[in-house]
Amino acid sequence: MRAVRSVALSVFRESVRDRVPYSLVLFAVLLIASSFLLGQLTAGQDVKIIKDLGLAATAVFGLFIATFIGIGLVSKEVERRSIYALLSKPVSRPQFILGKYAGLVLTLAVNVSVMTLALYAVLAWMTFTESPEFRAAWDAPGMDPALLKAIALVFVELMVVTAVALFFSTFSTPLLSAALTFGLYVVGHFNADLRNFDRIVDSTAAVWLARGAYHLVPDLSAFDVKLQIVHGIPVSAGYMLATAAYGACYIAALLLLSVVIFSRRDFK
Amino acid sequence: MPAAIRIEQLTKDYAIGFWRKRPYRALDALSLEIETGEVFGFLGPNGAGKTTTLKLLMQLIFPTSGRAEILGRPAGDVPTRRRIGYLPENPHFYDYLTAEELLTYFADLFGYAGEDRRRRVSALLDRVGLGAERRLQLRKFSKGMVQRVGIAQALINDPEVVFLDEPMSGLDPLGRRDVRSLILELRDQGRTIFFSSHILADAEALCSRVGVVAGGRLVAAGRLTEMLAFQVRGWELVVADLAPHVLEAVSRRARRVTPIAHGRYALELAAEEVPEEAIRNLGAAGARLVSLNPIRDTLEDFFVRRVAEADAGARTVARPEVSSARR
Repeated sequence: MRAVRSVALSVFRESVRDRVPYSLVLFAVLLIASSFLLGQLTAGQDVKIIKDLGLAATAVFGLFIATFIGIGLVSKEVERRSIYALLSKPVSRPQFILGKYAGLVLTLAVNVSVMTLALYAVLAWMTFTESPEFRAAWDAPGMDPALLKAIALVFVELMVVTAVALFFSTFSTPLLSAALTFGLYVVGHFNADLRNFDRIVDSTAAVWLARGAYHLVPDLSAFDVKLQIVHGIPVSAGYMLATAAYGACYIAALLLLSVVIFSRRDFK
Repeated sequence: MPAAIRIEQLTKDYAIGFWRKRPYRALDALSLEIETGEVFGFLGPNGAGKTTTLKLLMQLIFPTSGRAEILGRPAGDVPTRRRIGYLPENPHFYDYLTAEELLTYFADLFGYAGEDRRRRVSALLDRVGLGAERRLQLRKFSKGMVQRVGIAQALINDPEVVFLDEPMSGLDPLGRRDVRSLILELRDQGRTIFFSSHILADAEALCSRVGVVAGGRLVAAGRLTEMLAFQVRGWELVVADLAPHVLEAVSRRARRVTPIAHGRYALELAAEEVPEEAIRNLGAAGARLVSLNPIRDTLEDFFVRRVAEADAGARTVARPEVSSARR
């Protein structure tokens, strides 16, 4: 456990000092803040726009951080040969993988928290500056705590994406890992279409292939409850738990595969 | 006393080629035993298989066949890593960490904490001459400074066995002298040191035993004194006041005559010559003996001969299944 914690803290320290995630978070915060100005242009819809943009910015910039740091977690260590000294210490290869993953999840947690705080700060400003009559017309309260549900599922989704990026980085180059991760992210959001492929295509082989991909590719659209939350539609605790459990299973499977591949790898 | 390192028939093949992969033998049935407390020099030209051997011992790569043990446990055993240190060849660490943070990170992996960890890190950075740069990020370090950090991290846990892959690489003369004295210090503390190098002077100065590897094969191993046998290959006499006619007579008998400073000559005589007789004759002719030295094999002579023999052997022995091209 100590080894996993040490590796995780080192990943966190290095990513905090790297300027890329900083600038991404800063950009996301600026975007959330500017949504306030955008909201002013659309009478009556302003708070929805802020919530929409805020949640989307959290998801998209989180995706960039998860992918760009995730793909380099292992491959950068191997390319730069820093892994040689590390693996001569009392750290097993599975501990190394788990530590790297935990470190990036910790980085993401901090970044998502900063973006969430920025979103709530803008919403607080909106709530306190608008008249009570105007606020009464909103679908959901300005500082709706239910937003945290959407953010929690965005975070679980980012954890899945991180596991995907880490998995690819155990055996391929950073560029290929990035392409595969983004590809999987896009396909994952259109997963439901793969299940219903038989409605569009006649070929049995193509349908079976699509069905296979449907079972293999994570259903990332399940983590997207942003629209419901923004429109004040309730998302049940049961759904939250089931989706989080689905994400956890997928992450566990990906980490297991990463460990199996990484444990057999030669570092030439 | 049990062997600190035992290597039996260790072999490593890589698959090379993009389309039709074919095996490529980087290490061929290496067997070695290194006793506790020894300083063992693992010598060989570039691409001979030295780094491959060290990576196999650290289980950074897996053997095709054969086995290796460190301190009685299979290579790669995680608990055994608490008792060993490793400096990789041309090490690289994390750009955004300082030297102090890197060593603290590695010390943490060994379970050191608090004041003990701080003291250990501080003492090691001072020992490798980086006390003043401890808070500088590693990306600002020169190659030699990174090498010093690499040596420090290899010693963070007071290892019983230290593996150093080309420890003098990238160091200036002062740095090399420091590392030599560090290795001797570790030897005096009873630690086992296995270091690879292609710099023979280092091996001659430090090692009790050496192994010479070429083309992935061990071509010689043993104590320096036994390997070089200290056989006399000839005699070198330095003489002064040599009259021209005596010089002419000596030139016919000596293998080589080299004029040196202050009218002196260095005469190289064959091993079969009796130096006492030559000294007597030269003295009778009015010459003055300045010095007499036997000419012996150096490690470099031995190394060059063995590597050349190994190369010639590799050319004549066909190995159809696995090529032993050098790495």
